[in-house]
Amino acid sequence: MSAAVLVERNLMIYKHTWYVLLAEIFEPILYLLSIGVGIGVLVGSVTGVTGGSPVRYAAFVAPALLATAAMNGAMNETTFLMFGKLKTDRTYESMLATPLSERDVALGEIAWAVLRGTLVSLAFLAVITALGLVESPWAILVVPGAALIAFAFATAGVVVVTFLRDWQDMQYIQLVMLPMFLFATTFYPLSVYPRPVQLVVQWLPLYQSIELLRNPALGVLSPRILVAAVYLAAMGALCLTVAVRRLGRTLAA
Amino acid sequence: MNHTGALVSARGLTKIYEGPPEHVAVGGIDFDVRRGEAFGFLGPNGAGKSTTMRMIGCVSPRSGGELTILGHDAARDRRTIKARLGSVPQDDTLDTELTVEENILIYGRYFGLRRDVIRERTDRLLEFARLTDKRASRVQDLSGGMRRRLTIARSLVNEPDLLLLDEPTTGLDPQARHLLWERLFRLKQDGVTLILTTHYMDEAEQLCDRLAVMDGGRIVAHGSPRELIERYVTREVLELRFPLDRHEQAAEKARGIGERIEVLPDRLLCYTSDGEAALEEAGRRGLDPLTALVRRSGLEDVFLTLTGRTLIE
Repeated sequence: MSAAVLVERNLMIYKHTWYVLLAEIFEPILYLLSIGVGIGVLVGSVTGVTGGSPVRYAAFVAPALLATAAMNGAMNETTFLMFGKLKTDRTYESMLATPLSERDVALGEIAWAVLRGTLVSLAFLAVITALGLVESPWAILVVPGAALIAFAFATAGVVVVTFLRDWQDMQYIQLVMLPMFLFATTFYPLSVYPRPVQLVVQWLPLYQSIELLRNPALGVLSPRILVAAVYLAAMGALCLTVAVRRLGRTLAA
Repeated sequence: MNHTGALVSARGLTKIYEGPPEHVAVGGIDFDVRRGEAFGFLGPNGAGKSTTMRMIGCVSPRSGGELTILGHDAARDRRTIKARLGSVPQDDTLDTELTVEENILIYGRYFGLRRDVIRERTDRLLEFARLTDKRASRVQDLSGGMRRRLTIARSLVNEPDLLLLDEPTTGLDPQARHLLWERLFRLKQDGVTLILTTHYMDEAEQLCDRLAVMDGGRIVAHGSPRELIERYVTREVLELRFPLDRHEQAAEKARGIGERIEVLPDRLLCYTSDGEAALEEAGRRGLDPLTALVRRSGLEDVFLTLTGRTLIE
């Protein structure tokens, strides 16, 4: 599988710039401490999530931040960094002069982005476990869950990057990602919204990602986990097909 | 020309970028590159040289015509062809975060070579590129000339049969250029076929056995540097410079000196078999140039004659 060599290249580069990944773990930790723990003092606990017992606020927020970390880790790689490699560094140009194909490049970069998103989530999982914010051994499902989230957003990122014209266009990504982060039940349960708003929020990929991780992390084995997994797998599969086609066309001009 | 024996063979090769506006970058060219030679595409920026190179490198698909490389069709057998090519792009695309050694290692991995095979070749390549003592340096700390040499060293990691060089010495200082030419000449002696593009006359004359002169997406002439000069221009050129306000007037007066006069914005060129005689004739006509120079004709004159323009504008 010649696409694997792209993962090899990224590992080689991150051997020099590993601190970039460290910085990425730092961000959810800051949110966890300021909002989860800090505001958590005011909030106390959240009820009606697990179907029974109330949940400490920090333990409620932590899996959502983990889902966000997986999303950002993967998407940073395939939007921001990939755009740099496409336009500024022309990294792919030198790869395509070798036996590697456009398809290898697309698959390899996505594979790396998934790996990176998963690694960042794992590190964050270690942090919240150490802080005693994991409620159930089912939290182990968070690991494949994070990989699935990373897959869905990494492929979506590649689709997006093929539409970008210049660095300013990067702003449009933020314009979508930031509100989604704030409103996709990261900091409060879905029941806060009136019914019509709930129906909209439920369609957000980050909402589904949070569902995928929050339920097992809190020890709730609900069919909602399955729904979220199917949603993200379908989104990833669709984006993958489009991403390989569009990136192929962008590269072979 | 021998169609089947050629390492690279193009017939009616065309590249059209679909618009809007539609742009014909290469408009149906024919050429053959023979094994072991250094073949050059010479022309100004925008002539279609780089696009042609990208098609030979199987990076850019052709829009029409035939293109056979190392006996394979360029569209059908991309992977097979690319495994046997070396490619030096116009701009260095090295991994600047990585060390010199790591750049060669990962590039070799793109070809599916085993790590121990690459390691073994790296020593030789670094020596060839005179970068042995920079082995562990980051690329971002290298000079332009060193980066260029590393790009060439990297492109040799798969021991290619054919090396493509797109403007290999553009942007380098004279010393770095000469070192690079010497290295390329050595490669040619080792039997590597070279295809390069350039808009430098001296580079084309130094390195190329045969040239295709390109302009506006077409090949306007081809042959060895000597053949081209003999076919299209006289043996010598008299260059005359005048103050700008007397330039037009002088051009009028000089008409008929030598076989042909070329009027450039800053000087007059008189093409003649005898430069000294032409200079005397200019004196008899009362022309009083600021500077006068008699020189042998070169490829620049060939290009000027064929297109009416200079190569670097």
